[in-house]
Amino acid sequence: MKKLLVLSTALTTIAFAAQADVTVMSWGGAYGAAQTEAHVKPFTAKTGIAATMTDSDNPATPIKAMVEAGNVTVDVASVEYADAIRLCDEGVLEPIDPASLPAGADGTPVADDFLPGALTDCGVSTDIWATVFAYDTTKFPEGPKTAADFFDLTKFPGKRGLHKGAKAVLEFALMADGVAPADVYATLGTPEGVDKAFAKLDTIKKDVVWWEAGAQPPQLLADGEVAMTSAYNGRIFNAAIGESKPFQIVWDAQIFENEMYVIPKGAPHKDEALQFIAYATSTEGMQAQATQISYGPARHSANATPIMYKDGKTLMGPNVPTAPENMKNALPSSFEFWVDHDAELNDRFNAWLAAN
Amino acid sequence: MVDLTAAPEILRTADGRPLKSALALAQRKAKWRAFFLVLPLLAFVVLTFIVPILKMLERSVNHDGFSSNAPTMVAWFNDHPAGADIPEDAYAALVTDLKQMQKDRTAGAAGTRINYTVPGTISVFKSAAREAEKLQPPYKDALIASNKMWGDPLVWVAMRNASSAYTSDFYMVSADLKRDANNSLVRVEDNQRIYVYLFLKTFVLSIVITVACLLLAFPIAHLLAVLPMAKSNLLMILVLLPFWTSLLVRTSSWIAILQEQGIINDLMVWIGAFSEDGRIRMIYNQTGTIIVMTHILLPFMVLPLYSVMRVIPPSYARAARSLGATSWTTFRRIYLPQTLPGIAAGSLLVFILAVGYYITPALVGGADGQLISNLISFHMNKANWSMAAALAAILLAAVLLLYWLYDRLIGIDRLKLG
Repeated sequence: MKKLLVLSTALTTIAFAAQADVTVMSWGGAYGAAQTEAHVKPFTAKTGIAATMTDSDNPATPIKAMVEAGNVTVDVASVEYADAIRLCDEGVLEPIDPASLPAGADGTPVADDFLPGALTDCGVSTDIWATVFAYDTTKFPEGPKTAADFFDLTKFPGKRGLHKGAKAVLEFALMADGVAPADVYATLGTPEGVDKAFAKLDTIKKDVVWWEAGAQPPQLLADGEVAMTSAYNGRIFNAAIGESKPFQIVWDAQIFENEMYVIPKGAPHKDEALQFIAYATSTEGMQAQATQISYGPARHSANATPIMYKDGKTLMGPNVPTAPENMKNALPSSFEFWVDHDAELNDRFNAWLAAN
Repeated sequence: MVDLTAAPEILRTADGRPLKSALALAQRKAKWRAFFLVLPLLAFVVLTFIVPILKMLERSVNHDGFSSNAPTMVAWFNDHPAGADIPEDAYAALVTDLKQMQKDRTAGAAGTRINYTVPGTISVFKSAAREAEKLQPPYKDALIASNKMWGDPLVWVAMRNASSAYTSDFYMVSADLKRDANNSLVRVEDNQRIYVYLFLKTFVLSIVITVACLLLAFPIAHLLAVLPMAKSNLLMILVLLPFWTSLLVRTSSWIAILQEQGIINDLMVWIGAFSEDGRIRMIYNQTGTIIVMTHILLPFMVLPLYSVMRVIPPSYARAARSLGATSWTTFRRIYLPQTLPGIAAGSLLVFILAVGYYITPALVGGADGQLISNLISFHMNKANWSMAAALAAILLAAVLLLYWLYDRLIGIDRLKLG
């Protein structure tokens, strides 16, 4: 009996300690690791508030389920921009007051310091990431330079890797077809524009290997299964710089967007969660993350000084999506477009994919 | 002569109670005890299996995103039967609801529901809610001026159908149908049709995989059943070893074996069967799905077959041979019929597992090796749970139908799982 009592007391203490944690849910892999090193650990060290990281394939799905079931166990989640907007509209997220965020390290007020679009009603941007395409330099010494080259099977023979989903793939196809970034969403909003994108994809459909998880494209390139592939730029950077793979990113027709920290409605430690977000999206927090993975900080003040990769010799500046030389032909992903057309275009995409 | 009218003497226990009621009492106790023993399992099954399935079925016909956030519109639709023209008071009701939606931040939820049947309406709802306070009557002209979609009869048909939380819309979409402006069902455009095709493809592929499993498993199971125990145990471990290995590990190792730069292709190029450019594609397509799923589901066919074959007395086949039957006739007339319960059990098991398989086709299926379960997971990830539930419910119904057919044709009591 006494033993039981001791045991149950111990368990209660553990449970209590676990409850005091700020639970952060992110995407796992290299990205989750970067956020753990740059945000979770320093936050605990600085404030004394325990914080833990958990993984999910896409944190937007479980937090919606939690809020609907009334049993929220996550305090902070890292979600895509369009999801941050959509979940906010559906009342799943807590609004975040920009006034609770710290000014830039150089004193720039919050409203001026964040890049355009980096603050929304319920979310604060942590970084800017991009969908780019990459190739193996040992296969093509004189490599592809433009999105059109990606679709040129005679000049650059070999299989192509593409993300299995309409988003970013249709925009990429249109840009490869010569549509200027500024006109992409206007074109995609018309039935003819959608047909045009699918017609472009038809030209390489037989040679495409479709990937689903962000870790797949570097693996497909390394195995020689594809000659070039679309990918998240941070994953290719980690393989190329971190693991010395002969991969080269082509920034032409890159599609970039913000990644957002949000707080699910009914989060058990809302105040601590706010503190966490304030710290993680401070100049210091953003710079710390950029030393781990090549996603661009979403504050001007965090971009003001050069940032070194954790290997101590690679400057992050030219490797992030927001570098001026990478932005020459770049498309900001439109959440308005995808919130509206996601269902319709993915149905069409799935039907197109399944048809022979 | 026997007196038939006299009451027969009642059997009594030693303490004088009627035997019948005493027995019933004693048995009732035993029954209750037995019931309490299975109660934890019963509660577990109800809580983790039956309740979630019922919830899922409910979700497939219930979505209150619009109906709970637009009460004035719901009332208007209830008072007015469907008509061609939408009058001003309907628009006034709409504006009342939009104002409330803006206060409660629910325009997105309402728009999401309408967007399922009329694409492109979420942002129309959201921007209208933002501007609702500023709108001046006549509301009809004001709303249509802000976005011409408000004059679209399709939007009004969709809103009328969404004004009740209970809806068959998700089943309609699952059947590749949609509503036209007159609220009658029409097929969606050619390039949007997918669900019916994928359901059929899922069943055809599952049948192919089941047949492949049967053809491969039958000789193995027979060998296992006739070999001496020591040898068959060793073979059995070889059958079970993959069964104990993680599904993801097995699928990934198939990727390493089958891919274009993989072991088989390398070997074929090395022995000169293929040229370097003639490597064949065996994965990220339908072929890959069939090969890998057949391998993964094979133990589910071997085990029931083995358990049935082991108890078939060899003397029957010997008797048939001694009476002059050829080996083929012996197999066809004597051995095969006795293995039927195993074949039936294995086939049913493999088929039902294959119909719901999701990870393997997702990893190796590429474009044309996708099954309906991949679309269910797709809608789950997009948080369109009602759609996922509707597709899952159709799948469940189809499997139950097959089960019923099986029971009628073969008889469920002949099923032998081991």
